[in-house]
Parts: sequence; structure tokens; C-alpha cells
Amino acid sequence: MSRFREMRPLALAALLAGASVLAAGALLPAPTLATETRAAEATDGVTDGAFPELPTGLGLGRAASAEEIAGWDIDVRPDGLGLPEGRGTAREGEEVYIAQCAVCHGDFGEGAGRWPQLAGGAGTLASHDPSKTVGSYWPYASTLIDYINRAMPYGNAQSLTPDELYAVTAYVLWLNDVVLDEELELSHENFAEIELENQPNFFPDDRETAEAHFWREPCMEGCATGEAEIVMRARALDVTPEPGQGPTVD
Amino acid sequence: MSKDEAGRNGRAGPGASRRTFLRAGLAAGGAALMGGRAAAETAAGNPANLPPNVPDWSRYLGDGVAVRAYGRPSEHESHVIRRDVEWLTASRESSVSFTPLHELDGPITPNGLCFERHHGGIAELNPQDYRLILHGLVDKELVFTLDDIKRMPRVNRAYFAECAANSGMEWRGAQLNGCQFTHGMIHSVMYTGVPLRVLLAEAGVKPTGKWLLLEGADASGMTRSLPIEKALDDCLVAYRMNGEMLRPENGYPVRMVVPGWEANMWVKWLRRIEVGDQPWYQREETSKYTDLLEDGSARKFTFVMDAKSVITSPSPQAPVNHASGFTVISGLAWSGRGKIAAVDVSLDGGRNWRRARLDGPVWGKALTRFYYELDWDGSPLLLQSRAVDETGYVQPTKNELRAVRGLNSIYHNNGIQTWHVMAGGEVENVEVS
Repeated sequence: MSRFREMRPLALAALLAGASVLAAGALLPAPTLATETRAAEATDGVTDGAFPELPTGLGLGRAASAEEIAGWDIDVRPDGLGLPEGRGTAREGEEVYIAQCAVCHGDFGEGAGRWPQLAGGAGTLASHDPSKTVGSYWPYASTLIDYINRAMPYGNAQSLTPDELYAVTAYVLWLNDVVLDEELELSHENFAEIELENQPNFFPDDRETAEAHFWREPCMEGCATGEAEIVMRARALDVTPEPGQGPTVD
Repeated sequence: MSKDEAGRNGRAGPGASRRTFLRAGLAAGGAALMGGRAAAETAAGNPANLPPNVPDWSRYLGDGVAVRAYGRPSEHESHVIRRDVEWLTASRESSVSFTPLHELDGPITPNGLCFERHHGGIAELNPQDYRLILHGLVDKELVFTLDDIKRMPRVNRAYFAECAANSGMEWRGAQLNGCQFTHGMIHSVMYTGVPLRVLLAEAGVKPTGKWLLLEGADASGMTRSLPIEKALDDCLVAYRMNGEMLRPENGYPVRMVVPGWEANMWVKWLRRIEVGDQPWYQREETSKYTDLLEDGSARKFTFVMDAKSVITSPSPQAPVNHASGFTVISGLAWSGRGKIAAVDVSLDGGRNWRRARLDGPVWGKALTRFYYELDWDGSPLLLQSRAVDETGYVQPTKNELRAVRGLNSIYHNNGIQTWHVMAGGEVENVEVS
């Protein structure tokens, strides 16, 4: 607890007594405030690096109510924390999916045009043309229900009821052979038990060891033998937008 | 204008005529490659405006003050704009536009040209309706208004924001012809904002609080997990860029600034920060922004953007417009690990290197401008630049990256770029052996 907050009852009392805000401020003993910048000389001209010592305990903001937080806090973690209350089966989800999702993602999650493919791609991750779908790539089912809830359908986000959400999530998992029984009911009680196959194949950033050889003395002379030869040209592909094809300003 | 006309107007010696001819040739042969620059560069000028004549702008009054209440660039710079590549994405609202790096100089990006990356289009927030909720493993769960945030102690810092997918289309080889498209998912501006740790101190993070969830107010509900160490180090809750309030497309009124880290984490239209004891594994840190390696495994939480550089001029959209002689090579270098220590330039595809000249401020985790001046003899060049940062990391070649990662990583391509400058000045995106 900062000194500032300890002083607040006094300031409040002054306000109640009819004093102006300025007068209330004047009651605060400035030299002892945690809210006052002290190392003025140290911050002078700093434009880079670590932040200067700054006042804290400002008393800004107000308490958030449980209701306010509940309205915006929609995230779901792999351990199930945050799952909304609801239930649904893949069979029930098929109807929602066909009505709200299939136009972009295809009847079977195969993707229409350049819209994302949701299912398939098993065994392709180490190939020349990997297909990274919910079933082939995603590590956690929690990500699927979270993302559908917060961002889908595209253009009408946060519109599904909790039961529709569980049902359509179950349907996408069924398309990916994660849920095998169309009648299996997914709910906030059993959803966290779902495991996806590719989860063990993710590992934290290891560049500082796997790419340690990029920390080195730069070569300045004779860094490769023979003359450099052009082996690829962008113009051969010719997909760069030409003038007039991009956005214009007017 | 013909050579004769140029002569009659007294403006041209033999050299000028030759330049005029050269420019006309470029306009005819290379217009598609040169983008909008062609029109500006090939204009020989209107003789009526050239000495000894007196042009209209020297005789008649121009617009008065405040006619242009919010100023705009000269109409002659109308080609200096963001561009997109339609085939890249299925929808404009979840897509990217590119900064015209080839037309810019110095270390700061103008606000109206900063690349855009949205996942649900531009959220148009009314600042009176802006709220930031801070909750979870804190002593006091709080709601802040924009006014609350503006009352907090603030700092000014320039940082680059680089999309993790910048240069991502180039993993398999030279594809897009221009540094706007190969390197333009980046901008660097001066932010004004509140250190995130000042905000967190208002709520009081509990000792069990190890990760933060950052969430945007747009229709994609953009979310990322951020380790508490980074949150308490140099992150900003920012509301101004280059002095003015953020542009709507850059997160108006409040966005995250996560210095040195992939720009996906710089959540725009920031509406919620939750403190938790583990990461959330949201869509943007599982399905996306994970880096697939050749064996089918994938890196996660590849936050830092490594040292990188690109020559912005000459480049495919900014060809050399003189046959030979004194030539300025201009480029940008940056590193998410700190300050740029040096930039080297090669004219021969990486066989030999010479140190470039850094000019202007060298801020940590911000764009740094470099120049290399030479007397070009007009023969073809294979131009490259190579950044070195203060940790001793040396920007690798694309093939060195591919040797570790394969071809399917999509993100974090910081390999050395090669431009083929042809005799005549035309420039192409190439790869060399």
C-alpha cells in the first residue's frame, strides 16, 4: 500500500468539507509522496534503454465489478479454466456449421477458395506442402472453442450461444476424427479432457542454442569461393502487383 | 521532349540529353517494375517553369493558412502509399498492407504510411467509450478510462514493429519484386505511453502472476500471452505515435508496444489485460505464430525479431536513374535484441563486405538508417546488406536459415536480401548461390 492511498481519507475529508480539489492536493505532503518523480536528473534526455524511476501508487482507475469482467473475460485455457457453461454434440453442431461456417470452410472443413482449411492434413507436417489444420497441427482443443467463441463466424463474432458453441466445436473435432461419436456430448465438464495428437511436437524458442552459430565474427573478405551466380529471380514468377492495382489515395 | 526542344530551351548540354533519353527508356521498358515512381522520375519538366522563365508559383498566391487544416503530402508524391497483394489473403479485413520503404528515408515512418495488419478490420472506437480492464491474479481488479491512462507518468520511445511474417513469402525463393513487398511489414515510430509496469502497479500483481493475456477490442478479439518478465521490463501501453494520437488502423486509442518482439503481440485497441499463472495458448500462439521446422516439429513462443536489414534504394521499385557515377545506397537495419552495432554492404553477392555508415539516432529495438556511398562504374551489382547487433548476432543468409529451419517456417525470415542492379539501373529481387 502506497503512501498516497494512506493519505486518501484525509484528502476525501477535505473534499467533503467543501475544499477545492486543489486545496485537497495541497494537503498532501509532497516531499514524501510515492507519486512524485525523484530522480529528475536521471530521466533528463533519456530516449532509450531502461525506463526511469517513475511514480507509482497513483490511485487511478476504479474497481472492476465481477459483472463487467465476466462480460469481457471469455478466454479459455488448456486446463479448462474459462470454459463457459454449456453442452452440445457433433450431430447438433452439423446444422450450425452448415448454416454459419460451411460457406467459407467447406462442408467437411476442406476450406473454400483461400479460406482456412479446418480438417485433414494428417501426416503432412514434415512434407513439402504441410497442411496445418485443427487435427493435423493444433496442440489444444481449448484454442478451438476459445477462438470460435471470440472471433467466429467471421463478421458476426460472439454471436453463438454456449450450446451452439459446444456443438459446432464438437462438429469440427468430429471432422478431424478427434471426436469419433457424433452423439458424444461435449460440455464444460469434460471438454478439458480432450487431447490433440500434435501437442507434444511444439517446443519453446531454442534459437539461442540451435542458432548459436549466428553469433560470430562477421567475415569481411573472400567469404565464399567463385563468383556469385543468380539462382532465382522474382520476375520469373511475376506476381508483384503492378501500378494501379493496389489501393489508391484520392 | 525531344533533344532539339531541350536544346532550344537552353537547359541541356549533351549530358542532360543523354539523361533524358535514359529516363525515357526506363519509362517505356521498366514502368511495371518501377511502380508509381516512374511518372515522377521520368518527367523532364515543363519548359515554361524552368529558368529563365518565371513559373506560376512565383507569380500567383497559393493556398492560405489552415486551408489545409490537416496537411497532406504533395500531389506529386501520390505514389508513396501502402500497397497490398490481393492473392496473399482471402479477405481484406484479415490481411496486410505494406509500408513503401523504398520511398522513405531516415529512421521514422510517417503515420499514414505505417503498414497495417488486421484480423477483423479496423475497429472504430469512440474514446469516451474506451475501457481497459485489468484483472486476474492482482490485488485489485481495475477499470481504466483513456483519461486515467493519460494522467499516468509517460515516456517517449521509438521502436520498430515488425510483423512476424515479414519476408515470409520469400522462404522458398525470390518471389515479390520490391522491398515494399519483401520487407514492408514494418514501421518504426516514436510512441508516447505508460510503462506497462506502472499500470500493473496500480492493481498489484500477485506473486503467482507469471503471464499476462493481452486482448484487443476488435472483431478478431486478438489475444496473446506475454511473460511477466517482459511486461515488467520495457512494454508500453501507448496512445500516441509521432506525437499525435494513434491512427485507427494502428489501434486508436490505445495499443500495446512490445519492443523487439513480433508485432502480432502489439495488441491494438487494447481492452483487457488478465494476469494468470500460465500461458493461454490462444489461436495466435498455436495455429499461427508458431514456426514449423523441417521434421514436422514446431517452435512456439518465438517472440524476438532477430537482427535484419534491407537496402531500400536502389531496389526493384527504386531503380538507379543514372548510368554511372556517384551513387548513394540507403537502407534500414534493426534488431529485437538491442541496438544495431554495424551494417556491412556487399556489391558482389556476399564475397566481400565493407562497413556502411550509420546515420541518425541509433535507438535500441528501432529502425536504424545506414548509407553506403560509391562511385558506380555502371556494371551489374549483386547488392546485399548484413546487420550486426550489440549482442554480436550477425544477420544470416537465407540458406543458413534454411539449413536450420527448412522452408515451411513462414515467420521470422531475417535472411540477407540480394538485389541485382543491372547495367542501366534496373533492379531485381534475386537469390544467389
